[in-house]
This record gives sequence, C-alpha cells and structure tokens, in this order.
Amino acid sequence: MNSDLKLANDNIAARHRKARIFRMFCAGVTWMGAGLLAILLIQVTVDGIKWLDYQFLTSFPSRFPYKAGIKSALVGTLWLIVMIAMVSIPIGVATALYLEELSRKGRFAKLIEINISNLAGVPSIVYGIIGLAIFVRGLGLERSLLSGALTMSLLILPVIIIASREAIKTVPMSIRQAAYALGATRWQTAWAHVLPASFPGILTGVILALSRAIGETAPLIMIGALTYVAFLPEGPMDSFTALPIQIFNWVSRPQQEFHELAAGGIIVLLIVLLTMNATAIFIRQKTEKKLQ
Amino acid sequence: MSSSKSVDMQQMRDIDITKKKVRWGEWMIESSLALCATISVVTTAVIIFILAKESMGFFQVVVPADFFFGTSWVPLLEPSSYGVLPLLWGTLLITFGAALFAIPTGLASAIYLSEYASPRTRSIVKPVLEVLAGIPTVVYGYFALTFVTPLLRMLMPELQVFNALSGAIVVGIMILPTIATLSDNALRAVPDSLRQGAYALGATSYEVTTRVVVPAGLSGVMASFLLAISRAIGETMAVTLAAGATPNLSFTFLESIQTMTAYIVQVSMGDTPAGGIAYQTLFAVAAFLFVITLILNIVSQWILSKFREEYE
Amino acid sequence: MMTNQNCAQNLELVSGQLFTDEVILDIDDVTISYSGNPAVKSVSFPIAKNKITSIIGPSGCGKSTLLRSINRMNDFVEGVTVQGQLSYCGHDVYSSEIDPVEVRRNIGMVFQKPNPFPKTIYKNISWGPVINGYKGSTDELVEKSLRQAALWEEVKDRLHESALSLSGGQQQRLCIARALAMEPDILLMDEPCSALDPISTSHIEDLLFELKARYTIVIVTHNMQQAARISDYTAFLEMGDLIEFGVTDQLFTRPSQRRTEEYVTGRFG
Repeated sequence: MNSDLKLANDNIAARHRKARIFRMFCAGVTWMGAGLLAILLIQVTVDGIKWLDYQFLTSFPSRFPYKAGIKSALVGTLWLIVMIAMVSIPIGVATALYLEELSRKGRFAKLIEINISNLAGVPSIVYGIIGLAIFVRGLGLERSLLSGALTMSLLILPVIIIASREAIKTVPMSIRQAAYALGATRWQTAWAHVLPASFPGILTGVILALSRAIGETAPLIMIGALTYVAFLPEGPMDSFTALPIQIFNWVSRPQQEFHELAAGGIIVLLIVLLTMNATAIFIRQKTEKKLQ
Repeated sequence: MSSSKSVDMQQMRDIDITKKKVRWGEWMIESSLALCATISVVTTAVIIFILAKESMGFFQVVVPADFFFGTSWVPLLEPSSYGVLPLLWGTLLITFGAALFAIPTGLASAIYLSEYASPRTRSIVKPVLEVLAGIPTVVYGYFALTFVTPLLRMLMPELQVFNALSGAIVVGIMILPTIATLSDNALRAVPDSLRQGAYALGATSYEVTTRVVVPAGLSGVMASFLLAISRAIGETMAVTLAAGATPNLSFTFLESIQTMTAYIVQVSMGDTPAGGIAYQTLFAVAAFLFVITLILNIVSQWILSKFREEYE
Repeated sequence: MMTNQNCAQNLELVSGQLFTDEVILDIDDVTISYSGNPAVKSVSFPIAKNKITSIIGPSGCGKSTLLRSINRMNDFVEGVTVQGQLSYCGHDVYSSEIDPVEVRRNIGMVFQKPNPFPKTIYKNISWGPVINGYKGSTDELVEKSLRQAALWEEVKDRLHESALSLSGGQQQRLCIARALAMEPDILLMDEPCSALDPISTSHIEDLLFELKARYTIVIVTHNMQQAARISDYTAFLEMGDLIEFGVTDQLFTRPSQRRTEEYVTGRFG
C-alpha cells in the first residue's frame, strides 16, 4: 500500500514538472514572437532614423543617396489610397449589404459566398498578373494610377466584403423586426438601421483592408509601377510609384546607403499604417461608447 | 371609429392592401447592389479565363509534360527550357522551412493564448501578433536581407548572400501570426466542459491541453496550418529579396534558389512584350500557383465547415 | 377531429351568444408549419374590432407563431408555411396579390423585448410615418404618440437623447408609441410585459385599457391574470390546437373545456 502511494506521488511530481515546462515553453515561444517584432522595429529604426528629415520627404528619388527622397512615392501612395477607397468601399459594402440583407438565401448567394472566401486566398501576385492583362493591356489603361488602384481594389474587395458582412451580422435581429413591423421594406431597413448600426465595424474592416493595400508590393510591380519617377502624378492616368515599390527598389540595390534609405522609407510606411490602424481602433471605441 | 384618425395619416396610408406597389426606386437600388455582388463572381471568372487562355498559348509551344516534369528552367535564354520543377522546388523549400518554424511556434503561442495567458496578457499579445501580420511583406524582405542573413552568415560563413534559409525564416515569421490567431480561435471554441471533465479526473494542465483540448480543436488547427502554408506558397516580396533568382533543384537551404512568385516578379521587372513566350510563361506559372493555393484554401474551408458543425 | 369539433362548438357559442362585435380579422382554419412540422393546427377564431383579444397557453403552444403570421412577420423566418385564411378587411393577407409591406403598415407590432432603434427618442417615433410618406408635422405626431403611450411627461425634455438611455419599461412604452404613430388598425403585442418589472407592467396594462377605444389589440401572454384583467376575448392554445375561444370572463370562470379549466386554475402549464 505505502509503496504504491509513494510511486503515485513520484509520478505526480513528474507530471507536474512536465506541465510546468510545457507552460514555460509556450509562454517563451509567444514572447519570442513579440520579441521578433521588437527586433524588427529596432533594426528599422536604427538603420533609417538618420535619413528621416524634411529633405527625405520632399525630394525625388536619385542615384545619389544623399539627394534621394520619397516625395513621389508618398504622393503616389496617397493617390492610391484615395482611389482604392473610392472604388472598393462602395462595391464592397454594397455586396455585403446585398448578401446579408437583400438577397434571398438561395444558390446565387451561396455561390457568391464561396467565391468570395476563395478569392480572399488568391496570392496577391496573381491579382497583379490579372491587372497587367486586363487593365494595363486589355483596357489600355497603361501603367497608370488607375490600373494600380483597380488592381488593388480587386485584391482587397474580398477582405472588405468579409469584414462588412461580419459587422452586419452583429446587428441584432430585433432592430430589423422593429423596422419591418412598421411597414419598412428590406432596403429601407438596411439603409436606415442596419448600415448605421454596423458602421463602426465596417469602418474598422475597411481601414484595415486599405492598410493592407498600401503595403502590397507585388501587384504594383506586376502592373509596372515605375521605380524611378521624378515627377508627381497629376491625374488618374499618370504613371506613378508608391512607397513599397520605392522601398523594394532601394532594398534590392547592393549599397549600404540605399538599404538605410529603404529603412527610412519603411519607417514612413509603418507610421502611415499605424496611424490608420490607430484611427480604426479609435473610431470603433468612440462609436461603441456612444451606442451604450 | 376610423374617423378619429388624423387626415394626414389617411393620406399617407394606402387603405387598399391589395394594391401591390412596384417600388421602382428600390428595384433599381437592389439591382445595382446585386450587380456589385456579381463583380466578385466576374473577377473569379476573369482570373480563370485569362490564366487558362494564356497558359493554353504557352502549352501550344511547350509540351505539358516538359513543363510539369522538366528539371531545368531557362525561359529567357537560348537554348530555352521550360521545366517548372526547379521553381516548384524552390517554393516547396521555402514553404517547408517556414512551416517547420511557424507550425510549432504558432501552435505553442495559440496554446499559451487560449489556455494559459491571463485576459490582460492576451489583450497585449494578440494585438502584437496582429501587428506582426499587418507588416508589409517588402519589410520582411528588408529584414531578411539586412538582419537575418548577416546574422546567419556570422554563424555559417559558407552561406550565400541570397539563400533559401533566410527566406524561409522570414516567411515563417510572417505566417506565425496566422497560425497563432486562427488556432487560438479554434482552441477557444472547445467547450470548457471538456477541460473541466479532464481536470476532474486528475489530469495536469499539460495533459488536458495535449490530450483533450488540441485533439478537440484539431480541425480548426489543421485549417490554420493549411491557410498559412497557402500564404507561404503565394508569398512574393520577401522571397524575391532574400532567396535570390537562381532556379535550383538541390536540397539545400544555403544556396540561392528561385520560387514561382520570384520568377514572376523577375520577368515583369523587365519590359516583356505581350504575346511572346516569356510573357506566357508568367501565366503558366501563375496558373499553377493559383491552382495549388486554391486547392489548399478549399480543403481548409472544408475542414473548417466540418468543424463548425461539431460545436454549433 | 376532436379538437375541430370543439372549436366549432365554441365558435357557435360565441357567435350565437355574444359575437355582435364587428370582426376586423378572421382567422379561419389556419395551419402554420416550420419545414413541414405544424406548430399551429387548423385554428379558427375572430378578432373583434376595438377590443382586446388575448392568446394564452403554455410556452411552445404556437401562440407567438400565430400572432406573427397575422402581419406576415414569419416571412422572415425560413421554412415557414401558412395554410388557411387570415381575412383582414375582406382580404386574405396571404393571397398573392397582397403586398406584405402594406399589411405591416396597417397591422403594427410590439415585441417581447423592448427593441427601440439605437437612435433618438424622436426619431424612433417619426421614422415609420416618414418612410411611409407622412407629410404632416412630425413634432405633433411625436407628441401625440408619446401621450397615447403615457410616456410624454417622462421624456418631453429629452426627445433628442438616445432611446437606449430609457429604462426597460419606458423603452417598451416607446415601442408602443412607435407602433401607434403609424395609427394601425390592429396592434399585435407579443408578451410585451414579459421582460418588465411589475410596476412597468401595470403601467402598460393601464395603457392598453385606454388604447382599446381606438385600436384593436391582440396580445399574446403567458400570464393568465394579465389576460383575465385586460382582455375582452381570450383564445387558449395548447400544442398548436385551439382548445377554447370565448369571452374572457366566461373562459376564466366557466370554461367549457376541462383542459382550459385545468390550465386557468393552474393545475398544469
């Protein structure tokens, strides 16, 4: 009896040790992820901070690192954001609203649904090739901002649709019933109640999707966004460059100075991205408070 | 009695409920929304049509067997050769290396987040992982080239400047958050009653996690692996920058290789005229890439939909 | 078969003895099924104009399903089919030439849980009439509706605050005011007090008494005292069958069916 019990106790101690080690392993690995992010940010900052000045932001790219800047890339990226937003937000939100509120839940809706989730998994470079074949060559839009914005819109549409649908789904059924019972049609209900109630969620999803678009490089390379652009685009049909393209261009050069310039560009890009994400979170929290 | 009702109301209401109104305004709105919804279907159709059409042109010049089983990829120089295996191999090498890194770490992070972390820790760590997922891939390329590779070369002097190892590591870092957050969702969906049942039998937290929680959430975890792998296969910028542009069929992480995506970038950087065989190789490779990722996505969605049935 | 006979008897009794009231809505042999499973079986009874009719019965007896089929709210639930006739002003609300939106404009509804729109009190009231083409003064309409719902005094100084800032009982009265703003012919109420405290409940019961001078009210309730207190007619449903329909006093004091008696005296349910 006694020896049996003792054995059991030993066993339990070993099992507890195992559990403790496993727990420490999991925690360690998780913090390693956070650590990697820290290393990445530190590395970028250390390399790039000394190049970040007014001259860097207001100069065109140059063969000479000390004269080079991101003016055309930054302006190109801003053009892209606005144009992508104008194309993708109305279409994406309209699709989500149609699928959730208006369509009869039949085969057509199911087909679109499956289709969208598969589109979300298509590699971005494939969108680039399609953009090249349709917008640049097929429709003859050339290597313009418009081609870039349309290609990117196709890329983020599934993301916007999925996020908007999730936001719309969180609107309580009772609100819709209240509106229907007053003799409202589906569209009146969707427009006056469902859309406003899901607005914060949609906005958050849209901003996150847009921030994905401005970091994407591969599709823009495919449609041939120029890497040396010493002018500012003045309209949607002008050729352009964008921040990630400029960064890619600098990283792929062998000289150390250009790598540091790339780091400078990355800092600007990350600041833009973080600002957008922070805005999304801020808007969400503010509207949530208002609703409560 | 109805005389007590206001005159305004009487005008407003159509007392005759049989008069079925055709609401033209709403019909127009609904139709245009439906039109927006079809854009996604059209996009898919266009992707498939264009990839198929240009690949068809490619396969009129190159025998499919030579493409799928050829071991040499020299498309831009004479004598040309169009065996996709070296590119596929490069992609697989990167994906394999990335998965080797990201699957254990991602799963461990997911377990930590769902089973061990306090709500407060969770609320810090999860956004950090999401930020990691939101960093543009070109930044990872920069990180590989200026940090990971130099570091590795200090340890392994024989390592080439462009090498598969560094590419695999950064792609691994990139897909880690995907695995961690999606697996975390899957593990958290496992009902608490299962955990409590196991604890009540005297199991330790390690035993509960590895023998009860992870097996119960396995389908969701597997789906996250597949999605992450599909992302790794489609990943472009980091491998273009870090792993080089040398189609290579040898099993080595130390040399320069070329992935399918990196090849597409390489060709499109030059000004390829439309219609030529070089232009068509882009579509053949992209079509191959599209099919592989599509299959992975469909399988992972299928697994996920089965998973939903289990707990809802 | 048994139940059908019972119903017929009851109806005869009612119409023969008492039913001199004008019928605004006639429920005739209505069967409602969810994906083929009947939840309401061949139910028939009339709804009298400007009276309160309550539908009682144990939970799951189909009373809410029946209520929601009157203004076609079940259209939004997948797999629901309705057979039989629901005649409103001489039209079957389920016939193909009927526009369900028009039906809901004339037959208002108040739900189990208060469900104000997450907008201002004012907009909660004015939205329904405005989308339906109301051209008059919305200020007047809002005041009149809130007064009818006995809420005006409590909210007149905060009309432009969020409706979600009101208490549960106030929210439910707001929902009633919102439905009244449409000046419906019939007001359907689906257990309107089940989520409220006793004081709010008595407020609403008082309100219903005043409203019946101008509106026809059909109320579903699981609370028999409430049905006995406020309604003129009562229908008792059990397992989808109409067991008894009659004048409320009579149904509660001298029920003709044994099962009704058992239920109203609290022996089951």
